[in-house]
Amino acid sequence: MFETIILMMDATIRVSTPLLLACLAGLYSERSGVVDIGLEGKMLGAAFGAGAVAYITANAWLGLLAGISVSVLLSLLHGFASISNRGNQIVSGVAINFLAAGLTALLGQTWFRQGGRTPSLPDGGRFTEIVWPFAEQVRNIPFIGPFYAEVLSGHKILVYVAFLAVPLTWWILFRTRFGLRLRAVGENPAAVDTAGISVVWMRYRAVIACGILCGVAGSYLSIAVGSGFGVNMTAGQGFMALAALIFAKWKPVSAMFTCLLFGFLDAAGTRLQGVEIWLIGEVPLQVFQALPYVLTVVLLAGFIGKAIPPKAAGIPYLKERS
Amino acid sequence: MSGGQLPRWVDLGLIPFLNLSAAFLVSGLVVILIGENPLDAVKVLLWGSLGYAEGFGFTLFYATNFIFTGLAVAVAFHAGLFNIGGEGQAYVGGLGVAFACLALDQYVPWYVTLPFAILGSAAMGAAWAFIPAWLQAKRGSHVVITTIMFNYISFSFMVYLLGNVLKKPGSMQNETRTFEDGGRLPFLNDVFPSFGFGYAPVNLSLFVALAACVAVWFLIWRTKLGYEIRSFGANATAAVYAGISPVRIIVVTMLISGGLAGMMAINEIMGSQHRLLIDFVTGYGFVGIAVALMGRAHPVGIILAAVLFGMLYQGGAELSFEMPNITRDMIIVIQGLVILFAGALEHMFRPAIVRFFTPSQALAAKEA
Repeated sequence: MFETIILMMDATIRVSTPLLLACLAGLYSERSGVVDIGLEGKMLGAAFGAGAVAYITANAWLGLLAGISVSVLLSLLHGFASISNRGNQIVSGVAINFLAAGLTALLGQTWFRQGGRTPSLPDGGRFTEIVWPFAEQVRNIPFIGPFYAEVLSGHKILVYVAFLAVPLTWWILFRTRFGLRLRAVGENPAAVDTAGISVVWMRYRAVIACGILCGVAGSYLSIAVGSGFGVNMTAGQGFMALAALIFAKWKPVSAMFTCLLFGFLDAAGTRLQGVEIWLIGEVPLQVFQALPYVLTVVLLAGFIGKAIPPKAAGIPYLKERS
Repeated sequence: MSGGQLPRWVDLGLIPFLNLSAAFLVSGLVVILIGENPLDAVKVLLWGSLGYAEGFGFTLFYATNFIFTGLAVAVAFHAGLFNIGGEGQAYVGGLGVAFACLALDQYVPWYVTLPFAILGSAAMGAAWAFIPAWLQAKRGSHVVITTIMFNYISFSFMVYLLGNVLKKPGSMQNETRTFEDGGRLPFLNDVFPSFGFGYAPVNLSLFVALAACVAVWFLIWRTKLGYEIRSFGANATAAVYAGISPVRIIVVTMLISGGLAGMMAINEIMGSQHRLLIDFVTGYGFVGIAVALMGRAHPVGIILAAVLFGMLYQGGAELSFEMPNITRDMIIVIQGLVILFAGALEHMFRPAIVRFFTPSQALAAKEA
């Protein structure tokens, strides 16, 4: 039983990581007033970029860099459409999801000829597990030992990056001048503009931050968990991150717990497949798959607190009418 | 840069044309990038979609789907709502069609089943749009987010239903039994053999789609409700002052929108597949967004855009056969570019065009 719990916690952390990274990515963007439903597309683009470059160079770090670059480029496209051209942010996000889904599969087929996948990564192209000191020695200590050896130790570096990004994001958003301005631009851009700060530049920096984190999220999928890019490998995780962002009410620490919850549901669904639960019977896998979305809708319905988005989210800022 | 500065033909003709041209130009660049000749590709695409009767039949079949999902997005647009849940609404709409067909197909001819299938699909699609609509109207949670959530809930819901409840006994496939003749719409090839549509699955639901276009046009521009929907979409605050109930408009508009999306299932399930199966929507709901944007939310525009996307789907299939480098993913890229240029970047060319059409003295006078 205890072993099961440890394994579940381990799986939860692995599954939560890309959600958390994408969720924090969305946090920067939406806090600055730019709604981003293109998280999915950016993750997918990054997964492809990372998989392709890591395969060619056999270097995971170059892969990560490529993944981040692709994602930031897509972010800038989103910024160009929704900040500079004041286009509809939802429409722009939808376009980015389409572009990423199509281009990754198309270019993947053109370059590698494996039906859109990238070839399996060579040695060095993947991130490896980081084993914490003394993990093997303490494994036999009851309770704490397995927890240390399985849950804390033995993840890819990007997992630790994701969880360290939580306090960092909190600090940036709530304790720095940049963060204050970023949040202000999402609540009342006109006031920020009056203070002599460029709304456009603030929002661009926010979407770039979003692109970087989405890039790490996508790269994690293709060169840390997986070994190469697969067609549509994000499979809706970008949208689940969006749900988590709302569920967490646009707060970094809540975002972490929400992503852990959603990750746990995923891990539990996989684990409980075909298992009879006392008094309930067998719970279909689909229940676990739908539960994060159902929970988010229940939250939106106002039954678990109230999710209030940044006030200026989704509204393009018009400096003056000409 | 407010409206009314440009002649009508520029606003409705030239700007959409420029946006689309930009989308197709970039598509051409993508084709060059993967090492093929874009002009050859266009030739194959046109021949495959319009060049012979059977290909044209396929084009019309796809266009039927896009008319429904495009109208769904368009109706919501008029009320200032963005229904991104066409995918889920169409999927669940399939249930309505399947219930009608499974219940009636052994007893009555198709023309008796059809009205029930239409009602069923519209009712199920509308039901799937109801909760997002209600949440937006009553709780102010954004309909975009909730419809995305409902898309994913529908995927799980339908997989469960088809895998555990509706599955035909003893089958490994997650699908219902195949409908008898009473649950099948006639193919146009059987109705008009002289057109030579061959094996193209285009069927009588094309006419249901066209009727829906007329109905939407009448609703939006010729009824009191349509006026209220447009007023609410143009300026919600003013509409409320004019005595229009926002809750009623949001809910009713979303129900109509969801119903239209659900009706897409008639074409796919009753018209072509003759059984309810997993993943039959395959993105048609999302393409509806592109169709509505391109068709500028007007039924005539939507028919034209739907045929264009039908051509892309059918011609794209032909293209992936003739030029294996250009896989069907190219169509997704083109859709993305159309959504980008005709939607998100729709105002990109506007300032330049305004400058071009404003006589220089007037501009100088304005600046002075």
